[in-house]
Amino acid sequence: MAIHITGGHVIDPGRFNNMADVLIDEGRVVAVGPHLTVPAGATKIDAKGKLVLPGFVDLHVHFREPGFEYKESIQSGAAAAVAGGFTSVCCMPNTNPVNDNQAITEFIIDRARAAGLANVFPIGAITKGSEGKELAEIGDLRRAGCVAISDDGKPVMNSLVMRRAMEYALAFDVAVVDHCEDLHLAEGGCMNEGAISTELGLPGMPAAAEDVMVARNVALAELTGARLHLAHISTVGSVRMVREAKSRGLKVTAEACPHHFTITEEVVRGYNTFAKMNPPLRTWKDVQAIKEGLCDGTIDVIATDHAPHATQEKQLGFTEAPFGIVGLETALPLTLALVDEGVLSLESAVDRLSTAPAKVFGLAKGTLAVGADADVAIVAQQEQWEVDPAKFFSKSRNTPFAGWKMKGRVTTTIVGGRVVFETSPAEL
Amino acid sequence: MSLKRKDLLSLAPLSVDEIGLMLETADSFKEVTGREIKKVPALRGRTVVNLFFEPSTRTRTSFELAAKRLSADVINFSPSSSSIVKGETLLDTARNIEAMQADIIVLRHPSPGAAETLARGVKSSVINAGDGWHEHPTQGLLDLYTIRERGLSFEGLRVAIVGDVAHSRVARSNIHALVKLGAEVRLVGPPTMMPFGVEKLGVRVYYNFDEALRGVQVIMMLRLQLERQGKALFPTIREYARLYGLTSERVRMADPGAIVMHPGPINRGVEIAPEVADSLSSVILDQVANGVAVRMGILYLLSGAN
Repeated sequence: MAIHITGGHVIDPGRFNNMADVLIDEGRVVAVGPHLTVPAGATKIDAKGKLVLPGFVDLHVHFREPGFEYKESIQSGAAAAVAGGFTSVCCMPNTNPVNDNQAITEFIIDRARAAGLANVFPIGAITKGSEGKELAEIGDLRRAGCVAISDDGKPVMNSLVMRRAMEYALAFDVAVVDHCEDLHLAEGGCMNEGAISTELGLPGMPAAAEDVMVARNVALAELTGARLHLAHISTVGSVRMVREAKSRGLKVTAEACPHHFTITEEVVRGYNTFAKMNPPLRTWKDVQAIKEGLCDGTIDVIATDHAPHATQEKQLGFTEAPFGIVGLETALPLTLALVDEGVLSLESAVDRLSTAPAKVFGLAKGTLAVGADADVAIVAQQEQWEVDPAKFFSKSRNTPFAGWKMKGRVTTTIVGGRVVFETSPAEL
Repeated sequence: MSLKRKDLLSLAPLSVDEIGLMLETADSFKEVTGREIKKVPALRGRTVVNLFFEPSTRTRTSFELAAKRLSADVINFSPSSSSIVKGETLLDTARNIEAMQADIIVLRHPSPGAAETLARGVKSSVINAGDGWHEHPTQGLLDLYTIRERGLSFEGLRVAIVGDVAHSRVARSNIHALVKLGAEVRLVGPPTMMPFGVEKLGVRVYYNFDEALRGVQVIMMLRLQLERQGKALFPTIREYARLYGLTSERVRMADPGAIVMHPGPINRGVEIAPEVADSLSSVILDQVANGVAVRMGILYLLSGAN
């Protein structure tokens, strides 16, 4: 069934940025432009006053299935994704069991297909059980459908193992993703180390714990020639080192999360467990550096690190509560805030959410070019709304943005030519 | 004057007047503890629950004695620290206790912020009896009380706090209160034991104990957690004792008449030499005695019995 999206502002970063109609048929983009010839019976979606964008691509989510379905299932995670305009998501392997073999990868892909919402691309583990010791069967994982490899949450501490992983990955042209954290330096820490951790008596994780691993990984990428993607960088030092690595032509890419460019460690005050994530919220200087990195292209991608946790887990004390917040349903307005601030042009913002992430993992996504998969997000850029976690599609409610007044909302999400999400008229 | 707070969670947010009120209230109870019949009916019919998730003999006993001398009913509840791991939230435990009509919950917990989290969730008053590395406000108050009892005034008072400040809730409470009251606070210890950015709290950091002692009127020693040797904070107990142990010679470098304090329990021969702990300048046992009076005052003020 054909869909005719009319009268919207179409942005396809690097290719098109103008008022136009978009015609979709048989799951693909058929035409973009004015005065299209529309087949009879096409569904019309009026996008007047709205943005028509390539669906967003999130390189970093945790969907918790298998093993922790009470936090999030592939179904609920995918529902949260499309509600936030994300048509493709890449899920980290720290499930139980860990996605370190073909069977788990196939299971995830099956579940995602059954859910029929977003495209779900599994990320395989670097090492067996993400234990940092022996390489996982990266060739098998790749063949089964993994789009990258990572031991996210459990950084590969042994530099030799990391070197071998990068070398081995070259054979499959797959990006190696690292959560940069020196576990010894960060041991026991639960927030950024600084004046506030000192005052609150909370064990700190110094920025250096991230920086030393970024430095190591960049050195190993240089040694091996591997494609290195740095997950959720959060420090002044990381941004500086990525910038420097790129200037030398290394194949290094990086992502930043909306919370790391929006709020600081101040939010931890009151022992707010919704402000506990890893990497932790940092200082204003770090926030500034992340914004500069996004602005000058040092940071390629905005990713959410969507990390659902159950209410009872976040009700534990600050040191016992798990790290992580949900992010899929708030990422768009927080990114658009950077446009209002003048950090990013609207087109660059869409690039960081859609086109660039697809490129980093080599996915045929993130574009509205004729012939591309019809993954589209239609956005009411100026619409104001208040974050009410009770209304999230995610199973979990752990967000520090509850009650925030946001601007910019997804009104329709199309995946593979099917409308998978629409705000009901009552909400508009 | 009465205290307009439901809880005592930390000294950081208290005003000078509030601290003054707490010390004055302790005065009247100090008098009670000197009587032959050491009991007043101020909290008759009230229930105080000591909820201790960490082993503690002296703080728990001190609170228990304080509550009993005020004629409150006291219940000691010491869940094993494994129940924290088991996943019953602190709030669930506390709500159970509250359902039994506890008026005041005294909480000791290994997690910084536990008392604040608890106080937000229950109607009962909450007293923080130590939360991780964060604060131990009644210890801070009893230290202030003991200093004041020696006739020292806080304005311009030179105090050295010596030892593992980074991991010390006692140090944090004292720093906040002493700086607020106008004292000059010197922190002494190896850089590995100084928390990041601590100067922002209005203190000066010294790595050399002898230098820090010049002109000091109060020497406050912290207990060395001996098991931290494995955490690369200091090489050996021997070297720590040489660099930061309080000996009689070092006491002589301070102001004549300087007092020596320690929150206990002391490691004799490590952070403090036995002859110093037992000397006339030591007020360590006064601290323990004053603890009961100070805690009586806090229980009384929070109960709203006045």
